[in-house]
Amino acid sequence: MGVLTPAVKESKGKIKNNRSSDTVMEVVLYVIAVLFLIILIYPLYFIVIASFSDPSAVAGGQVWLFPKGFTLDGYKELLRHSNIWIGYRNTILYTIVGTLIGLVVNISAAYALSRKDLKGRKFLSLFFIFTMFFNGGLIPTFLTVRDFHMYDTFLVMVLPFSVGVYNIIVARTFFQTSIPGDLWEAAQIDGCGNLRFFTGVVLPLSKAIIAVLGLWIAVGHWNSYFNALIYLKNPNLHPLQLILRNILITNQMQSGIGSGEAAQLALRLANMMRYSVIIVATVPIMCVYPFIQKYFNQGVMIGAVKE
Amino acid sequence: MRSGQASSGGTLMAVKRNWGLYLLLLPAVVLSLLFAYKPMYGILIAFKDYSPALGITESPWAGFKYFEKFFNSYQFSNTIKNTLIISLYSLVTFPIPIILALMVNQMRPNRFRRFFQTVSYMPHFISTVVMVGLMVILLSPSTGLVGNLFSLFGKEAPDLLGSSSLFSSVYVWSDVWQHVGWDSIIFIAALSAVDPSLYEAATVDGASRWHKVRFIDIPMLMPTAVTLLILRVGGLLGVGFEKVYLMQNDLNATSSEILSTYVYKIGLLSSQYSFSSAVNLFNTVINFILLIIVNQISKKISENSLW
Repeated sequence: MGVLTPAVKESKGKIKNNRSSDTVMEVVLYVIAVLFLIILIYPLYFIVIASFSDPSAVAGGQVWLFPKGFTLDGYKELLRHSNIWIGYRNTILYTIVGTLIGLVVNISAAYALSRKDLKGRKFLSLFFIFTMFFNGGLIPTFLTVRDFHMYDTFLVMVLPFSVGVYNIIVARTFFQTSIPGDLWEAAQIDGCGNLRFFTGVVLPLSKAIIAVLGLWIAVGHWNSYFNALIYLKNPNLHPLQLILRNILITNQMQSGIGSGEAAQLALRLANMMRYSVIIVATVPIMCVYPFIQKYFNQGVMIGAVKE
Repeated sequence: MRSGQASSGGTLMAVKRNWGLYLLLLPAVVLSLLFAYKPMYGILIAFKDYSPALGITESPWAGFKYFEKFFNSYQFSNTIKNTLIISLYSLVTFPIPIILALMVNQMRPNRFRRFFQTVSYMPHFISTVVMVGLMVILLSPSTGLVGNLFSLFGKEAPDLLGSSSLFSSVYVWSDVWQHVGWDSIIFIAALSAVDPSLYEAATVDGASRWHKVRFIDIPMLMPTAVTLLILRVGGLLGVGFEKVYLMQNDLNATSSEILSTYVYKIGLLSSQYSFSSAVNLFNTVINFILLIIVNQISKKISENSLW
């Protein structure tokens, strides 16, 4: 070891110094990470335990780590409100139909735009991208929808706004980077047309991006309330989010209640229901995510980095 | 290749050969024409006295009447001020997802890291309605988590949702809570693309972990960060309607009225279609100009631009 040059000796010393600073950094990193996790998880955890607790204990600040006065009344109360279940049904329908339409529209457009031999490719890309930055605005769009007799229909929730330019860009990048050009050339020689190539070769190779876009679109449908607020009047078409808004924020459930013991009970149940309805409305869409996560990591990563 | 030497007849051939691709584009193009481009024609009503009986084309011209009406109204400076405060405030939080990504990148790829990432994405899947509902429940000064925390220390809790001066803080930090994990994905992806040999070379040179973050990771993130920043600045006056509208109440009204909620109220709630469209157009045009300016500046100083 005596043959080490001074430079190497010096760098060895530096590395040793750096080791200890690296350890400090490691500790700080994990302390912050754990604090961060607590801040993220605790509010959600609180809602879960509060939904199983006696509401007066929740209001009195006695619920911190475990449910207090365990009860399922909040969930039982949900069953009595038929409008919640109508909303639930509507949201499921909008999500399924809307996601299918969105996938077909965006994936097929993205594939066409990914092909370098598409004449007018640049113009067509601009045609879509322009709508990202400039639009007619609320009222002109509203008037257009009404002119097409789509106001207050099922269709308005799933069709008119299904073009997602960002989705198209991400999917286009995916196709450009993961479908080799020779594949199309070879298919052409075999006499395979564009449509058969798309459905028979491209789509089976693109499960990752289909899963990712499907998740994005589905979450968007499940969670949106804006279009319903603007374009729907009939309560039988209302999605879950609009009904949640009444329960959680505008508190319409409590209006029209008289006074006295019956009113006290109704108020109590309405309060409990706020917790249980959040759980029931949020858990399904959160459960979808882990199944898609593995695709997600491949798909988005590619689309995002190369953008 | 072949079409390179061909004339306009060659273009037609190329279009014909790839008719399948145009068919794939058709749904997205038709939907964009009908529901993005057709409403742009409707912008005309901002310069007209729109009457539903006459329609867009037949309604009499009003010139800049509605723009002047907006510029002279009390809501002009108020809505613009509120919109700017919220968006500049959110702009300040822009580096937080980057910091999170750098942290995640420093964690060893083990179960903790996977758990950390999954948990940090979770709040993103909560709908805006549920998110604001959560805030109503948790931030209530009398019965909420915040109220309980304060009473634990024998202090009176502030009414976070019923305060004009705290409105922007509550809005922005609840947004950070909900989306920081999700927004960090794109940066984590960019970091995963860093060539490992760079780190090896740095280690040989005696760089500490902090040095590697400072001189390898951060520069690698800059292009992505600048692109996203341009988009954010371009949307400076485009603060989303959904969350602000839900958070509005009588107590915070002076600081919670922003351009998009104002457009909705005068347009759809009080049916002043032309006035609402004028305000909306003003908003869109300013956003568009900002986007172009920022893009130009960024092109000059950093060679990063959207186009």
